Amino acid sequence: MAEYIIRNGHVFDPVQGIKGDKKDICIKDGKIVDKVGSSAKVIDAKDKTVMAGAVEIHAHIAGPKVNLGRIYRPEDKLFSCTPTKGMERMGSGASIPTTFKTGYEYAKMGYTTAMEAAMPPLFSRHVHEEIRDTPIIDEGAFPVFGNNWFVLEYLKNHEIENTAAYMAWLLNVTKGYAVKVVNPGGTEAWGWGLNCLTVNDPVPYFDITPAEIVKGLMEANEYLGLPHSVHIHPNNLGNPGCYETTLDTLKLTEGIKAKNKFGREQVLHLTHTQFHSYGGTTWADFESKAKEVTDYVNKNKSITIDTGNVTLDETTTMTADGPFEHHLTGLNHLKWANVDVELETAAGVVPYIYSPNISVCAIQWAIGLEIPLMMKDPMRCYITTDHPNAGPFTRYPRVIKWLMSKKARDVQVDSFKHKDKVLSQTSIGSLDRELSLYELAQMTRAGPAKSLGLGSMVGGLKPGMDADIAVYNFNPEKPVANPDDIEKAFSRTAATFKSGVQVVSNGEIVSNGNKRTLWVSIKAKENAQVARDIAEKFVKYYSMTQANYEALGHHFVPNPFAIEVDATN
Amino acid sequence: METVTITMKNAPALFLEADTISPDAFAGKSAAQIAELPVFEGNNPSTLGKYFEIRGGAGATAADTKIVVSGDVAKVKYIGFKMTGGEVVVEKSTDQYVGAWMKGGRITVKGDVAAFAGTAMKGGEMVIEGNAGNYLGAAYRGDWRGMSGGKILVKGNAGSDTGMYMLGGEITVNGNIDVHVMTHAEGGTVIVRGNAKSKVGGQMVDGNIYIFGTIDVMMPGFKPNGEVELEVGGTKAKFAHFIGDVGERHKKKKGQVVYGNLYKKI
Amino acid sequence: MTKTITDVICPFCGTLCDDVEVVVSDDGKKLLEVANACVIGTEKFLHSQEPDRVTRPRLRQEDGSWKTVSYEEAADYTAKMLAKAKKPLMYGWSSTNCEAQSIGNEIAEIAKSCCDNTAAVCHGTTLIAVQDIGLPSCTLGEIKNRADRVIFWGCNPAHAHPRHMSRYSIFPRGFFTGKGQMSRKMVVVDPRCTDTAKMADVHLQIQQGHDYELLDALRVALKGEWLPDSVAGIPAEKIREVADIMKSGRFGIIFFGMGVTQSLSKNHNIDAAIALTKDLNEHTKFSIMPMRGHYNVTGSGEVFAWQFGFPYSVDLTRGFARYNPGDSSSVDLLTRGEVDAMFTIGSDPGAHFPISAVKGIAKVDSVCIDPHMTPTSGVSKLHVPVAFNGVECGGNCYRMDNVPIDCRKVVEPPEGMLTDQEFLTMVLDRLKKLKGVA
Repeated sequence: MAEYIIRNGHVFDPVQGIKGDKKDICIKDGKIVDKVGSSAKVIDAKDKTVMAGAVEIHAHIAGPKVNLGRIYRPEDKLFSCTPTKGMERMGSGASIPTTFKTGYEYAKMGYTTAMEAAMPPLFSRHVHEEIRDTPIIDEGAFPVFGNNWFVLEYLKNHEIENTAAYMAWLLNVTKGYAVKVVNPGGTEAWGWGLNCLTVNDPVPYFDITPAEIVKGLMEANEYLGLPHSVHIHPNNLGNPGCYETTLDTLKLTEGIKAKNKFGREQVLHLTHTQFHSYGGTTWADFESKAKEVTDYVNKNKSITIDTGNVTLDETTTMTADGPFEHHLTGLNHLKWANVDVELETAAGVVPYIYSPNISVCAIQWAIGLEIPLMMKDPMRCYITTDHPNAGPFTRYPRVIKWLMSKKARDVQVDSFKHKDKVLSQTSIGSLDRELSLYELAQMTRAGPAKSLGLGSMVGGLKPGMDADIAVYNFNPEKPVANPDDIEKAFSRTAATFKSGVQVVSNGEIVSNGNKRTLWVSIKAKENAQVARDIAEKFVKYYSMTQANYEALGHHFVPNPFAIEVDATN
Repeated sequence: METVTITMKNAPALFLEADTISPDAFAGKSAAQIAELPVFEGNNPSTLGKYFEIRGGAGATAADTKIVVSGDVAKVKYIGFKMTGGEVVVEKSTDQYVGAWMKGGRITVKGDVAAFAGTAMKGGEMVIEGNAGNYLGAAYRGDWRGMSGGKILVKGNAGSDTGMYMLGGEITVNGNIDVHVMTHAEGGTVIVRGNAKSKVGGQMVDGNIYIFGTIDVMMPGFKPNGEVELEVGGTKAKFAHFIGDVGERHKKKKGQVVYGNLYKKI
Repeated sequence: MTKTITDVICPFCGTLCDDVEVVVSDDGKKLLEVANACVIGTEKFLHSQEPDRVTRPRLRQEDGSWKTVSYEEAADYTAKMLAKAKKPLMYGWSSTNCEAQSIGNEIAEIAKSCCDNTAAVCHGTTLIAVQDIGLPSCTLGEIKNRADRVIFWGCNPAHAHPRHMSRYSIFPRGFFTGKGQMSRKMVVVDPRCTDTAKMADVHLQIQQGHDYELLDALRVALKGEWLPDSVAGIPAEKIREVADIMKSGRFGIIFFGMGVTQSLSKNHNIDAAIALTKDLNEHTKFSIMPMRGHYNVTGSGEVFAWQFGFPYSVDLTRGFARYNPGDSSSVDLLTRGEVDAMFTIGSDPGAHFPISAVKGIAKVDSVCIDPHMTPTSGVSKLHVPVAFNGVECGGNCYRMDNVPIDCRKVVEPPEGMLTDQEFLTMVLDRLKKLKGVA
């Protein structure tokens, strides 16, 4: 493998506490090293910003509901399909890009790792086929557990060991990365057209509450000592007043301690916090509760969050929160797709237009920015758009612009039709904070990597770590004349390295890299009861046999990278 | 207004995609420059000049440019694609996507057009002297935003799926119309002076359909609502009024449900 | 000694049964018995054992006879045909695995061709409807576990998807449906009195070509609004009765087939059925699902979608993807004379396309990749026989409810025969050289 030296760039690396110092970064055999030989290829990074490759902690980029979005939205691609270009396969899709376009777009923005946020276990083979066809970036996928019948039945009796044994089995057979929970109990209720809107609403038939599910899953997660914590999309997403459910959910962490060997400190990751920070009782008195939510998170170190920034685009919403999508199609009357998945979960898809002329959309935009600006510890708050729910991930550079420039925010606020309402229902107008590049590196690199339990591998530039590196045409010593320059600089890297291979040069793809599938391989204690329960459920209730359930073989996971967990003690 | 006349001299073996035959693409160009405009025969990139003889020159802007398309263009697609102004006259029949996504100007086709004419049209005027194919003035696949403005007149017959997802504008068909008229429409008007078959106004949310001739089978979702005297396109007549599609969702205005209207001449 | 292989996936229809058992000879070369599969599925497995199978490619000669050629020569011919064509059509893909489809897509991208699957003549109209209005659906296990209202509209699973009713929809006892068939009300809408219709609690013997009106009437009935005395030959009272049956259930499902997707109104029938399903979700829980035909037509749509963005009828000729059935769809391309080369794999357009389109195939250069001798291989210039996917090689496939299931190899193909993937890889390598692609 070629050696490289990235010379003289302004380096921002929270892992080593480097805040813009001019430094050389050396690459050898796919890793960052102290020094390289004189024949190493030189990348001139003078007057440029150098960071680790960015880490996407939550996006819907591969799998059945994503592809359903592609299938049913030809209009999302009209006049915007891109041609084959050199080694780049053709691409399409504005809010739901094809797999090829997904990989290229992430790499061109300096992202090198991404997590698919919701994998229905029954469809894991599909998710892995798409991951395989997404070039360059390392990817993992989170199987959903919050409405799984095994989990509901075990946790009804608070059987943590059995839950953990099932969790280990499912992560192993689906090649999953972490425990995802979406609208716990509510999605099972959706099997009957119902929902659970608070943490205490009983799940029909199963005689359990969302609170019991979430708490039990956190305990099982720590029992196994998994790299990532439970990753939650709580009940009551997107409704006025939902922040109370959010706070009730967050309080379930109290008393639970993180236990793992991966440097992770939280026991719960709250995703797309923007959608869960709403006050008011109707859309008319809809208001921000970002302060209430971030106040709690600021105090409670066992929680990490991501933002879910609204980007003011036409996009496609998709979630395992089936009842929410049904609710949404009732609001906007746009086409509704739904898939209920036997014994496990559901998913819904509805297009959505976040119009700057609609006050609710503008307030959502403001809340998404308030959250990171109110978070005291950038290592516990990560930038996402919950792609494609609040906007496509390709808008990250714009979100970064808004976070780094008060001026850019003011320009946007001034352009809103209901500017006064945005200012009265949120505190976006009074937030002067502008994120530094160091904080940006925390929120997009070191922070999410740590939360995922990958902190020693990616998200930093310390020798020994993977050589995932982004070089941006952004000179931190020069004052920003126009905030749009920030957006431009973070849209296309000068160079992206993935595992030591240069994959992007001057914004163009120069290699398809060597993408890996990240998954968690768990050695767990034998549990005869759980093995029997699994066999029985397949015989009686699944529509396929247990022997055909696993994602097994080269065509699903051609280049696996397993994180080993020994949970036998 | 300057006129460019393009005459087919080497007919394509397959079909020709000529989305550059539009006043917008021609504007400000000489005949020689127009001849260099790209066209595609299948995957084979070529130029307009290879197929057409080009005479005259374009005006400075689209609005100042008139294009006369002459010769056998039955296998040419996309004439007037996305045009915003000026004029296109096609002297014979032509193929799909005439005036698709057009925003302004005027297109006259002195023969027939195939499917997808006026797809998602926003403005301007289109006159088809012969027959129109399916999906006249309809939305693109998957899009709920169909034709929103402009006028289409078909002097002959029109195919199926006319005005699907229509939001505004007007389509007049002097002849007969095939199945599915204004399906899913939320606005706009379709006037048919001849006969209609069936599935007229299915899933319609809002908008107006006028049928001067017969309707073979009515949609069950259209409820009789009396008779009205109306002047439609210069013709005064008595119409039976139906409202629907009752099965579909409808908006309310001032507490009143707003239905789509179907008027059938008595 | 023989070996029994369990959990085998049946490569016939979209039901994609995965509980088949196959007995093979000790050397794995002979397939002896098939258990659990339906008659059609069993036949599919046993068909691979026919002694008179064509095992090498055959090239049509000027006098109309076939000449046996090597796979290398066949790959050369195919690559040259695709490289030369201005608008090749690569059609089929529904009876092969997703890995082969993926290689095919790469070939199509380099050749700048039109790509299509058999949805073009069966559930493509469903896809158009889904694009217009969405699709509230579920997996088949949900029906087994929850459904107490089952509607079959324009489909006849008793014959076309023989194990569908026993595995998923009518007979099984699921988690919330312990009484099996007794816990379900079955409605069949079909102009004919089919064997499925004979089993129904209610059979609406609809006037042909008026599904759209009847669906609209059901929506009107749900709203309790005025209806004409009879719609599509069904009295209004009967329509109201069926609307009540539907909304009084706890969990309902509409299965529909080619009786509605390919009769008058096509996509609009499905559009209206989906709208009805959506309406029913205001009263109870309801889903709708297409009865997909070929065992991996669904997979082809999935692979097209994640690689190109569209599920079928994709036109890559301009170097980027476009989609518009009516323009980019196979039957239209062939009948309008838009293409100059035809590549067929894993399907039989010669048997299923209108004759005007089949004539279009006969007029141009053509290659047919298929284990069988078919009407399509009959009109093609080159026939490339390959191993039976799902019998002689494995690979991922998608069931009618989009659930992926990895097919198994149960027996060796005849000596020296290639799989779809192997042959396509040879074509891809050659095409890359011809086009100068790295």
